[in-house]
Amino acid sequence: MEPLTQHTGIVATLDRANVDTDAIIPKQFLKSIKRTGYGPQAFFDWRYRPDGTPDDGFELNHPRFDGRSILVTRNNFGCGSSREHAVWALAQDGYRAIIAPWKMLKGERVPGFADIFRTNAVKNGLLTIELSEAEVDAIFKLVGAHQGLEATADLPSQKVTFHAREPHVFEFEIDAGIKDKLLHGLDDIAQTLTFAAEIDRFEADHETWRGQPAD
Amino acid sequence: MGKTLFDKIWSAHTVRQLPDGATLLYIDRHLVHEVTSPQAFEGMRMAGRQVRRPELAFATMDHNVPTTKDRLNIEDPISRAQVEALQANCEAFGIRLYGLGDRRQGIVHVIGPELGLTLPGLTIVCGDSHTSTHGAFGALAFGIGTSEVEHVLATQTLRQQKPGTYRIDFNGRLAPHVSAKDMVLKMIGLIGTAGGTGHVLEYGGDAVRTLSMEGRMSICNMSIEAGARAGMIAPDETTFDYITRTERPYAPRGAELEQALAFWQTLPSDADAVFDRTLTIDAARIAPQVTWGTNPGMVIDIDQHVPGPDTAEGYSRTDVENALAYMGLTPGVRMTDVDVDVVFIGSCTNSRIEDLRLAAAVLDGRKKADHVQLLVVPGSHAVREQAEAEGLDHIFKAAGAEWRYAGCSMCLGMNPDQLRPRQRCASTSNRNFEGRQGKGGRTHLVSPEMAAAAAVAGRFVDVRTWSPN
Ligand code: SF4
Repeated sequence: MEPLTQHTGIVATLDRANVDTDAIIPKQFLKSIKRTGYGPQAFFDWRYRPDGTPDDGFELNHPRFDGRSILVTRNNFGCGSSREHAVWALAQDGYRAIIAPWKMLKGERVPGFADIFRTNAVKNGLLTIELSEAEVDAIFKLVGAHQGLEATADLPSQKVTFHAREPHVFEFEIDAGIKDKLLHGLDDIAQTLTFAAEIDRFEADHETWRGQPAD
Repeated sequence: MGKTLFDKIWSAHTVRQLPDGATLLYIDRHLVHEVTSPQAFEGMRMAGRQVRRPELAFATMDHNVPTTKDRLNIEDPISRAQVEALQANCEAFGIRLYGLGDRRQGIVHVIGPELGLTLPGLTIVCGDSHTSTHGAFGALAFGIGTSEVEHVLATQTLRQQKPGTYRIDFNGRLAPHVSAKDMVLKMIGLIGTAGGTGHVLEYGGDAVRTLSMEGRMSICNMSIEAGARAGMIAPDETTFDYITRTERPYAPRGAELEQALAFWQTLPSDADAVFDRTLTIDAARIAPQVTWGTNPGMVIDIDQHVPGPDTAEGYSRTDVENALAYMGLTPGVRMTDVDVDVVFIGSCTNSRIEDLRLAAAVLDGRKKADHVQLLVVPGSHAVREQAEAEGLDHIFKAAGAEWRYAGCSMCLGMNPDQLRPRQRCASTSNRNFEGRQGKGGRTHLVSPEMAAAAAVAGRFVDVRTWSPN
């Protein structure tokens, strides 16, 4: 995995909440046994007309978002199916960071991203940034008011800066472990295998209750 | 302070704390299917790694497989390649495969419990979000991505952040014709599709304790639809009975079983355990549920009217307008005035024997409406055989249903079973996302009884008051 420290790119907006992974990559593309080739299939059903031409009505197809690499969207992005293909599709379609708001719902704080999606994103060096609803609203306004608006997501300082006439800076929280992993592009499996001896010891007296089938 | 069921399993599986604050968690069962595994096996191959404990991994084919009689011949070359890749990978890495044509094949979340692989107190993972199903046995079971599948294959562990705990009690007794499916849909409607994110749900209360294992599985299955990492139900006599009453090849036996039972009895949450969040739902007041929109939280009682942009709580105007436009519905319409084109009874939520019995009870001696296509798809080959032994297949066929072989079928259109654009479907599955059952298809999630009744009436009906003639 490529290390990620700082990324600057054009910002695009997708004004929908609860964007599920079926929408990010429809099921017909899950038949592939490869890890690549998913970029053009991202948001397929929204992005293309039945005849295969781009649908102008879909926000992300707007020419003002040409060359975008940062996506700003609404709450609960990536919900539903665990398919990592959703993250592969976004990354291969050029996205390096996604911003979504956490939200207060009936007195509880609900995160901007679904759990499995967020984990899959980390594994592929895609940065997920959570901000408040008010901040994300402000970003939607900024993007609406500035053609080709660029932003810089800076992981070490945990800041995302929108380069409008006046720079707008938002600070974000990120789990220290996830930050470290992204910064160094660490391979989880190799890391875990350094604990192989401990896994051996754990297994030695751990019961998994596995019976033996007769057939 | 007492410990929750979740805490007990979590600490019993902690190999070590990691420097980054995560926990290295040992995995007892790894279920594998054809869609989310090929890239993981490929990664193993490229790194020259072996599967650490192949005897703890079990594979089946379910998503791509046709469910018609000639299912062994997969026409779609890409689907066939994926199924063949799983076969080759299982052979190469020494993993037991219940493939197409095997008596034990079926939807991964249906066969795990049938085989006795799903047991209380275990950690169970699968590259599939509905792995939460297995929590019905008092296991910690959750879905993972393909990179994590590879991690489990290589290390038999996962790096996990400890989730929060969320207790949901369903108190009181369900009204007649209201089922586990209605309980979970109601719960998702209340807390929303992100209400459980970052948490493991534990369900309790009288209405849960009196459910069969099938009902408990339907509830835990849809925990992910509330955003939760997993759903769990403490094991009890119903659980032990399910595990021991039928021959379950991988369940412990004899002295081992005695030991296991003694251990399983220690698992339920202690009386003084504290949860991070709690919610109590009055089970007696739950009505049959039906979704009106494009996520499982967009749900109402069957006797309610389709909400509009100003009346749908928790959703923005744009979200509601998009959902209604996609679903072809107008605010204010009564759900019982909405016609259906297709009825799908199946999926890992509602394709077990009890679900089929409930549907058959409604269909017995009746016929589906002429304009409706009715699909009944057992979750596993074992369920299919059991249903045939009970004569349910005759009831389905006499009612005009297509009686299929086991697989995911129309739950997601990766196989030949798909909705056409604008077709409206009453479905016992778990997701009503745009395009889920086929591009442009319109899904309404309901219970098996509600689905069967909709097939007869040709429209949604309130099964509590409906009297067909
Ligand atoms: S039945 Fe549907 S939800 Fe269940 S595993 Fe198959 S595709 Fe997934």
